[in-house]
Amino acid sequence: MIALEILAIIILTPLVGGLLTGADRVISARMQGRKGPPVLQPFYDVFKLFQKESIEVNTMHRFYVYISIIFVIFTVIIVLLGGDVLLAVFALTLGSIFFVLGGYASNSPYSLIGSERELLQMMSYEPMLLLASLGLYYVNNSFYIKDIISGDTPAILFLPGIFAGFVFILTFKLRKSPVDLSMSHHGHQEIVKGITTEYSGKDLAIIEITHWYETVLVLAFVYIFFAVKDPVSHVWAVLACVVVYFLEILVDNGSARVKWQLALKSSWIVTGIVGAVNLVVISLFR
Amino acid sequence: MNFIKKSPWILHYDGSSCNGCDIEVLACLTPLYDVERFGVINTGNPKHADILLITGSVNEQNIPVVKQLYEQMAEPRVVVAVGICAATGGIFSECYNVVGGADKVLPVDVYVPGCAARPEAVIDGVMRALAILEEKQKTARCKKGTQEGAGV
Amino acid sequence: MSWIAALILFPALASVLLFVIRKDRLRNAVCWGSSLITAALSVWVTYRYFGMGVSFSFPGEGAIDSFMMAVEVLAAAYIIFVGIKNKKYLICLFAAIQTPLMLWFELTRAHESGAAAGIVFDKLSAIMVLVIGVIGSLICIYAVGYMRGYHIHHEDYKERKAFFFSILFVFLSAMFGLVLSNKLTWLHFCWELTTLCSFFLIGYTQTPQAKNNAFRALAINLGGGLAFAAGIVFLGLRFNISALSEFIAMKPETVVLVPVILLCIAALTKSAQLPFSSWLLGAMVAPTPTSALLHSSTMVKAGVYLVIRLTPLLGSSAAGKTVTLIGGITFLATSLLAISQSDAKKILAYSTIANLGLIVTCASVGTQEALWAAILLLIFHAISKSLLFLAVGSIEHQIGSRNVEDMDILMRVSRKLSIYMLIGIAGMFLAPFGMLISKWAAMKAFIDSDNILIIIMLVYGSSATLFYWTKWMGKLISNANRKAEGHHTFHITEEVPIFVQAALTVAACFCFPVVSRYAIMPYLSGLFGGSAAMPIGTNDVNIMLIMLSMLLLLPLGFFSIYKNDHRRIVPVYMGGENAGDNKAFNGALGKTRKLELRNWYMEKYFGSAKLTYWSDTLCAAILCVSVIMLVLGVMGL
Ligand code: SF4
Repeated sequence: MIALEILAIIILTPLVGGLLTGADRVISARMQGRKGPPVLQPFYDVFKLFQKESIEVNTMHRFYVYISIIFVIFTVIIVLLGGDVLLAVFALTLGSIFFVLGGYASNSPYSLIGSERELLQMMSYEPMLLLASLGLYYVNNSFYIKDIISGDTPAILFLPGIFAGFVFILTFKLRKSPVDLSMSHHGHQEIVKGITTEYSGKDLAIIEITHWYETVLVLAFVYIFFAVKDPVSHVWAVLACVVVYFLEILVDNGSARVKWQLALKSSWIVTGIVGAVNLVVISLFR
Repeated sequence: MNFIKKSPWILHYDGSSCNGCDIEVLACLTPLYDVERFGVINTGNPKHADILLITGSVNEQNIPVVKQLYEQMAEPRVVVAVGICAATGGIFSECYNVVGGADKVLPVDVYVPGCAARPEAVIDGVMRALAILEEKQKTARCKKGTQEGAGV
Repeated sequence: MSWIAALILFPALASVLLFVIRKDRLRNAVCWGSSLITAALSVWVTYRYFGMGVSFSFPGEGAIDSFMMAVEVLAAAYIIFVGIKNKKYLICLFAAIQTPLMLWFELTRAHESGAAAGIVFDKLSAIMVLVIGVIGSLICIYAVGYMRGYHIHHEDYKERKAFFFSILFVFLSAMFGLVLSNKLTWLHFCWELTTLCSFFLIGYTQTPQAKNNAFRALAINLGGGLAFAAGIVFLGLRFNISALSEFIAMKPETVVLVPVILLCIAALTKSAQLPFSSWLLGAMVAPTPTSALLHSSTMVKAGVYLVIRLTPLLGSSAAGKTVTLIGGITFLATSLLAISQSDAKKILAYSTIANLGLIVTCASVGTQEALWAAILLLIFHAISKSLLFLAVGSIEHQIGSRNVEDMDILMRVSRKLSIYMLIGIAGMFLAPFGMLISKWAAMKAFIDSDNILIIIMLVYGSSATLFYWTKWMGKLISNANRKAEGHHTFHITEEVPIFVQAALTVAACFCFPVVSRYAIMPYLSGLFGGSAAMPIGTNDVNIMLIMLSMLLLLPLGFFSIYKNDHRRIVPVYMGGENAGDNKAFNGALGKTRKLELRNWYMEKYFGSAKLTYWSDTLCAAILCVSVIMLVLGVMGL
């Protein structure tokens, strides 16, 4: 049974993620007054990449991409099976670190800058990610997502600040403007293509799929903030995910890229203020 | 199924053009023409690109660059020469440094005439290139198949 | 009992032997032999007394006391002598106050209250003994190979190997004594002895810089020792207490907090916490085995060991809050500072201070979970950090630099060393490895005890940690593809300890549930009463172990799959201007320019000048405020 569930997660998650990305591209196009590509465009892209030749700059750098996707899938499984939030954050970090190392391994100037920036972004969002999972633990007394989403009151009521901060750093995680410093998606060409500059064919397709998994993953985090025992709340949770995703697209299209200084400062300050205040307030009521 | 037709990614290289054609190429991305309808993405990176779109003529300085960019593209790949300059050297053909059209260095698959080429023409050229791309993909696969068959 | 005496005395004996032997070959053999025997002894003692623990007093304690007093007087005389000679009057002052104070106390008061056992061996001592015995001897073995290379690379330094090795072994002896003593005066004696060893080893090269740093280390640690002595005297005079176990059993009232805070100051200086951390950074001029042994895996652990011992008194008391806060700030500040460093040993030093800060924080929170995390951190940190130091020492000999930026050629020079290095770094911060397991437990413990401020510092510090380690890893793997150009081999005495420690780093992650169950849990339930439960559920431990196995197995899987998948190799993208070999590009004016890839250091934000000043000031202020409050509290009584 559990094996079937895991299999279903592995197969279905990228389908959802790909569709979300497709929807993102259509909505973005409409916001810019264009018609935009078909919703299935991300799938076409990935299938095309699989059919293309894979060239490389050295024999080692593709290795990291594959390790990275394996750990991201691992994280998705942990989260969707209702496992430990904090552990999921650690596993996700591991996956991201391998991706960054891939950039270093290719030893190319654009990849390297991409890697440094990606690291900087990780440093920017990591505190909030950790605080969010600790906050969830704080109000539910359990790190297990299973327990958190079967409580009586949704976590968002206790953690509005942390949720706001989390949505803020989601922009980093989804690689959206104004903080898509390391590797922006699609039409944009910041530092050529950041870490992915030297990847092509299959490897690039894998990176794309990894991103789909990650998209679902971060939205699952949003979901956790809303879902409770009551089945109706799950509808609200899905709705919340949709709203948050739409907001991210809106911000993406409505803002210009910032410098790394501002990216780091703003996310640390936001984390410090909303995260800390929120936690302190809860601790007073405990 | 062949997906390459549904997702052509383009690398745009500007040789010694007057920038007229480049503006027309970029115009294709605007809401009026919106080539993303066809899944076209203007990448900045040869490693991700399927189509090398050259505007302007080739000169002594950029020959190695063009060659290297072409080398860094993954198979299957096609070259589209946009504008008269890219086809023959155009009004620059008499210049001391100009070698001629893009076909002096690379195997050009599609020529888009015009000075400057109109966006409609550019889009049409890309679409024709897609047919060639598909053809190349098929033959590449056949070759690979026969090679593997021979290997067995 | 006699085994424990042997454990403490054997290294001292070996050190005398090493000092008198003047033949290199023979000395090396003796060093090997004594290291192995020390390791074997520590394992045996642990095995023998592990189950029940043991506590006893030596028969002729009076004689031992007199011997210690004699050594103390000699040491003080020596310190005052060199202090005056080098115009370092502060250390003279410290020595001149401390030694007479201790002498007076021991001669007049100490034996009036001598009921408690002199030596106590419990689960915590067992862990410490194993760490010192096993890792310490590995480092001593490594030192044999390292020092040979050291004097080849640094011909201008005077060779004093006999002295070096004998001090290393004296140090081991003192360390064993430190973790086994229950009598506070003995503890203090060993404490001061380690300080002195550290002073000698930092000053080994006798360059002006080395001397200067050695004196700084001495001054700060003697200051700590003075606080320690004051604490002992206060305890003796006021409560008639002379043993650690009796001290811990007291109730944390205001008056008791006076010696607690004094001992904590001693611990903070020894563990190089802010504002006392400058000596540890200076200590990096010492030969690498010294840094590995004293300044990362054992001596600095003496401080946190003391804090761990004092946990029951710290808990929720004001002293505990102060120490927690200082540890937290230290962790955050030094993690940020490490980002701006490119000298490998400096990074390791900062990271050491940061992790010690984390241990101090965990130990002083006073809850069971936190203490669990602290002890586990101590073990993992000792293993991984000494591996890193040893690897960096060898790297320095191989590539002639210890700058992280130069390590991008390491894969070509010595693939093995890079892999050891990567294991060490992974052990420091990656998910399924030890440090992270403990950090996780620490986070849980802090949030359970409502320490929001500490949690905030911890999450920021952790993300900074991630940044500086990953960029170092990146440098190490950046040339993995190039074929080895020259095959360097390194001496077997260097390689074996590094290999063993790398294996230990990985093995420790697999074994930590066992360690927790049989050593830490019994210790904790003895201390807190009731039965202790591991802070991390078995479910999560299993997932961790799966991740770890994946990390180990995946590379093997990929290598076999990709062996047959040959692909077209193209040049790295440089806007089409790659000069062909990925190392240069065609720049402006037709010039070919070399490509240089550098990491980010963000000096402007994380540079040491401002940050050190502010964090030092902050910690000093916190310490002063708490001391003043304490004094006021005591006077109010
Ligand atoms: S073809 Fe005409 S418009 Fe195009 S680059 Fe040449 S001169 Fe300019």
